[in-house]
Amino acid sequence: MSITKLADKINEAKAQGRTALIPFLPGGYPDREQFWKEILELDENGADVIEIGMPFSDPVADGPVVEAASLKCLADGIDLKWILAGLSDHRAKIRAGILLMGYYNPVLQYGLEKFAKDAREAGVNGLIIADLPYEEGVEFRELLAKYDIALIPLVGLNTKPERMDLYAKDGNGFCYYVSVLGTTGDRDSLPEEIKAGLKQAQEIFDIPVALGFGLKNPSQLESLEGLVDGAVFGSALIRHIDEGKSSAEFMKVWK
Amino acid sequence: MKKGYFGKFGGQFVPELLMPPLLELEEAMEKIMKSNEFQQEFTRLLKDFVGRPTALTHCANISRELGFNLWLKREDLAHTGAHKVNNTVGQALLTKMMGKPMLLAETGAGQHGVATATAAALLDLDCEIYMGALDVKRQSHNVRRMELLGAKCVPVESGTQTLKDAINAALRKWISAQQTTHYCFGTAAGPHPFPLLVREFQSVIGREAKAQFKEKTGELPYMVVACVGGGSNAIGMFHEFVQETSVKIVGVEAAGTGEPGCTNSAPINLGTPGVLHGMNTLLLQSEEGQILPSHSIAAGLDYPGVGPEHVHLHDIGRAQYGTVNDHQAMNAFQMLCKKEGILPALESSHAVAWVLENRKSIPKEANVIVNLSGRGDKDMDILEDYLANHAK
Ligand SMILES: Cc1ncc(COP(=O)(O)O)c(C=O)c1O
Repeated sequence: MSITKLADKINEAKAQGRTALIPFLPGGYPDREQFWKEILELDENGADVIEIGMPFSDPVADGPVVEAASLKCLADGIDLKWILAGLSDHRAKIRAGILLMGYYNPVLQYGLEKFAKDAREAGVNGLIIADLPYEEGVEFRELLAKYDIALIPLVGLNTKPERMDLYAKDGNGFCYYVSVLGTTGDRDSLPEEIKAGLKQAQEIFDIPVALGFGLKNPSQLESLEGLVDGAVFGSALIRHIDEGKSSAEFMKVWK
Repeated sequence: MKKGYFGKFGGQFVPELLMPPLLELEEAMEKIMKSNEFQQEFTRLLKDFVGRPTALTHCANISRELGFNLWLKREDLAHTGAHKVNNTVGQALLTKMMGKPMLLAETGAGQHGVATATAAALLDLDCEIYMGALDVKRQSHNVRRMELLGAKCVPVESGTQTLKDAINAALRKWISAQQTTHYCFGTAAGPHPFPLLVREFQSVIGREAKAQFKEKTGELPYMVVACVGGGSNAIGMFHEFVQETSVKIVGVEAAGTGEPGCTNSAPINLGTPGVLHGMNTLLLQSEEGQILPSHSIAAGLDYPGVGPEHVHLHDIGRAQYGTVNDHQAMNAFQMLCKKEGILPALESSHAVAWVLENRKSIPKEANVIVNLSGRGDKDMDILEDYLANHAK
């Protein structure tokens, strides 16, 4: 495995003429046991990269569905140790790239170096820290790189080219393009300006560009042909699982 | 490249989508706030609308008992009844000059919400206030005030349903409404440049106090004391005195019920370093980095974090931070009412209580200025509850 693993996974999908699928589920959701079953099922049913949420008490970038799911996990006593230990146990069976998504404080308390080391050992390929903009993430990005873990840049509709350049300079993995000026949560339609933004991101980044926040069904991507290399979906998947339906069924729609 | 640090504390820990409005705000501070036009209008509003300068009152009766001089900087006499209005009038004026039509704010006790709604009404801005659902119930009087002033008060049902969740909700809203909205943050905390922005607007407190005290005595005070929630009234009082190394500086945190192991609101005394609400600071948190609920009888102190500049002042030993529990604050509250005819906010009562509790360590004849950050009318229900449950 190497730091290019996430980019490779997405590029493989691209080579097959499809958009890479990146489902998101908070660690420990809907419960401790079911969680790993869902992860394996997502993996077997076409996930190219799987994003596991690291629950935090104060998730400012998340909408109501992801927040409620994360808070439930916290109430169940899920922590980083549990997620990393479980991942170590299951990693060999998972073909997809693994991404952890969360907020800075729990990682900071775990210890940045220890986290990087343990995450590497558990087979994590990349990390998204929602509240770590470029400037605050410089040292951590370097540390993670030593452990072969990508710190995924998040940009969006209001990110000027100068700031995209910053992220692109030492960005690895893929660029996460946030589809809306807002929080996570599925929406019926995506803003029109998104095309221009994605085009710009495709020009500036030489890693793949994935779109996330607000995705609900594949038809949303139809008009974005050629601009999106990967699609991330969280709230829609959580809702689907809450309705008692299977991950396999969810993935089928997207394949 | 990192900005907005006070020593090791501060910073900008926000989603990238919030960096543009923070950079825009920083630029507005540089260009607009330094202009004569802004400064003249702000000064005029402080005088004619807020009612500044506020008085510096010598508490003759309590001073006689203590053997040293207790002075109060009377922010309770500012319009809307607390120091909060200095900041909101400043930020509202800045918003207006930035050409944005709307103010967004969070509030715990409701004081900052009322002050924001007031400034918005004055300057003809739309206004939306996020408030934890629990606080909406506890402080219904202030919710009604906000609504009368034309603001929309949005209850926040997530998390602990208190101030920290109101901040999360306001930050989320700001992400989506940044083009038309300014987030009027209520204390000297949060991501850069808020700690500097709020300090700038609140430092009028210390400037006035110093000038007024010098005029009365020709000297500098021995000590200045203020309560610390997020830290805005305190940094407003302290800023002018930080360079005056002969002046002792004391911030007072809320120790909650004071029982061992109780939740409290004293992150400088009882917290650990971490990142929340855009800043690296001291926090009440679990070992796993989850934010813990706080408690204080004073709703305005009930916050698990604290502004980064205070942590720095503590770190370098320039300021000392003590704690006072609910009970001690209540005693100070009643003493100030009965002996001086002043009904202080429960928040400010913590600062007064620290002086009473530490009277032995203060030299005879010394001059101590306490920042009386607000008036206590808003706390009548809490006070009555407390007295009913602790009948003597
Ligand atoms: C009267 C009063 N004093 C003090 C505070 C604490 O805030 P800060 O530490 O920002 O001054 C509040 C907050 O609501 C308040 O209403």
